[in-house]
Amino acid sequence: MTELNQLDLYKEMVRIRQFEARVLNEYHADKSPAWDIGAGLIPGEMHLSAGQEPAAVGVCAHLKKGDAITAPHRPHHFALSHGVDMNAMMAEIYGRTTGLCKGKGGHMHLFDPENHFSCSGIIAQGYPVACGHAMAFKRKGTDHVAVAVAGEGAANQGAFHESLNLAALWNLPVVFVIEDNDWAISVPRSASTANTSNADRAAGYGMPGVRVENNDVEAVFEAAGAAIDRARAGEGPSLLEIHTVRLWGHFEGDAQAYRGAELETLDERDPIPAYAAAIGLSDDQVAAIKAEADSEVDAAVRFALDSPVPTADDALLHVFA
Amino acid sequence: MTATETPTSEGTRRITTAKAMAEAIALEMRNDPNVFVMGEDVGAYGGIFGSTTDLFAEFGADRVIDTPISETAFIGAGIGAATEGMRPVVELMFIDFYGVCMDQITNHMAKIHYESGGAVKVPMVLMAATGAGYSDAAQHSQSLWGTFAHLPGIKVVAPSNPYDAKGLMASAIRDDNPVLYLFHKGAQGLVWMAKNPRSIAHVPEEAYTVPIGEAAVAKEGSDVTIVTISLSVQHSLDVAEKLEGEGISVEVIDLRSLVPLDTETVLASVAKTGKLLVVDEDYKSYGMTGEIAAIVAETDPTMLSKPMVRLAVPDVPIPYARTMEYGILPTRDKIEAAVRELAS
Ligand SMILES: Cc1ncc(C[n+]2csc(CCOP(=O)(O)OP(=O)(O)O)c2C)c(N)n1
Ligand SMILES: [Mg+2]
Repeated sequence: MTELNQLDLYKEMVRIRQFEARVLNEYHADKSPAWDIGAGLIPGEMHLSAGQEPAAVGVCAHLKKGDAITAPHRPHHFALSHGVDMNAMMAEIYGRTTGLCKGKGGHMHLFDPENHFSCSGIIAQGYPVACGHAMAFKRKGTDHVAVAVAGEGAANQGAFHESLNLAALWNLPVVFVIEDNDWAISVPRSASTANTSNADRAAGYGMPGVRVENNDVEAVFEAAGAAIDRARAGEGPSLLEIHTVRLWGHFEGDAQAYRGAELETLDERDPIPAYAAAIGLSDDQVAAIKAEADSEVDAAVRFALDSPVPTADDALLHVFA
Repeated sequence: MTATETPTSEGTRRITTAKAMAEAIALEMRNDPNVFVMGEDVGAYGGIFGSTTDLFAEFGADRVIDTPISETAFIGAGIGAATEGMRPVVELMFIDFYGVCMDQITNHMAKIHYESGGAVKVPMVLMAATGAGYSDAAQHSQSLWGTFAHLPGIKVVAPSNPYDAKGLMASAIRDDNPVLYLFHKGAQGLVWMAKNPRSIAHVPEEAYTVPIGEAAVAKEGSDVTIVTISLSVQHSLDVAEKLEGEGISVEVIDLRSLVPLDTETVLASVAKTGKLLVVDEDYKSYGMTGEIAAIVAETDPTMLSKPMVRLAVPDVPIPYARTMEYGILPTRDKIEAAVRELAS
């Protein structure tokens, strides 16, 4: 199992957060005064992952090159943590020709075959595809694993249940990760799911299931390590549910009235300052780590802005191979 | 329907298309306890695109039900409840999500009446957001009405303005058949999306219906006919008004309903102008533009004094980047160019 390195875990969480904070900033910068979702250099829906960094960082610490991730509509934290190139990702978010998908996909449809990373905007539809990655790894005789990521809302979709059964039945090297951030847009978990733990559901499909509380990156690291090692050793799939927090709106522009008083508790639930304190980082260390992350993000934004915009005719390319 | 009966923006009570939909649902709910609403975020949130605005406050969680993200289960539940005599209004958030629940829609909702030899009715409304134009990319921008119109057993409507949105919703809820009600995000009049002023208009306060299966002559004209639906009606009217000043007289037919299709209104217009442009935000091949062409050809191809023109999405998924997206959408510029070409 990978050894736990607190400083690395912290740095990676900060790297993700600074990326998301910058996208947040740039996204809103040119949509005023009459806020228009389709306007600006970064148009369209934007689902950011602030608060959920422990899930991505704790899981991806155990992945090696060649392992696969299928992510959902909120993909940036897992993409970055899994090694997807920040410049190419930023350029895709800006819809440029140098983007991961040449501007065709946008932030919800990032494809990076080099890192076996993909995502989908259709809820839970990454689960079956992860089973396919795992099937290929197994048939090719490799020890690679596939990680399927989605929110707690996705765990009520047929594709989730079919995939769990398939993976258990065929003993596939998959880890099903559920990020439980308490909300599916405006619908709280209590209004969507009768069962309070998806770990119990895993048991129903004949695989181990663990629920990690408190958005604790080290606890995620431990649990994910066990599940990924198990898959790598050919012992089959597992499910890992991570209780995390969505610090920002479901998508940018979401006023979040439905969250009521919970909104005031969010600052103190931010996992990043909490972890800095837990591992005893000084203010100077915190500032230096943040500055380092910011300079990487700055470079990515510059790369994106310097890249060409696709032409109208580029739309006609790539329907078929 | 004649031009004098088409809705106008006159009158004082101007509301958005979204509000008009919700108002129609509320009026039906007050009159008929069998009507209830379910879908994702339709409760306190009021629907992601405002289609259920304020319903939760009036009718509560018992009749305006937030569902899990389980479209097969809750659309199927709508079908079952409808066969028991309820009149569910079920929202599929984006029509693009049809993939996860298509069996319930096409093998059940659409076929039960026929399969049962007419013994079982499915009086439900399935409403869903459609359309592109704000960079939501390939999985959240499709129109897809042609796909559903192709499958027998589902009425398919798509309003272009607040007046029709309210009247068609009332008709859809009262209809004894399943009705797919497709509303374009760009025509909802949302505060957070750029919009054409036509998305906010006068709507009478009282209940009324717009019949399903009747097209509207949205603007009378004599030189060129545009047949279209949904948001493209708004674009087409803009173009028609602009070209009027230059002496090009464009008639705009708003189909409003694809199933049943008002062929009479289409044919009467084409017979008058002899020139036909069909504008569709759906994919081009095997769709609405081809259907209209076929109806003209089957009736009397000599009605056309020039080959017709089809303007639709050229059989590619909807791309993310704005330059590419607007490259494939039927924009005002493209509509205008096509009309000029036909009129010349
Ligand atoms: C099949 C399908 N249904 C509905 C949606 C709309 N939708 C997008 S995100 C979302 C909520 C997802 O909640 P969850 O799975 O908990 O993920 P989170 O957004 O909290 O990260 C919904 C309903 C969708 N994209 N796909
Ligand atoms: Mg969630």
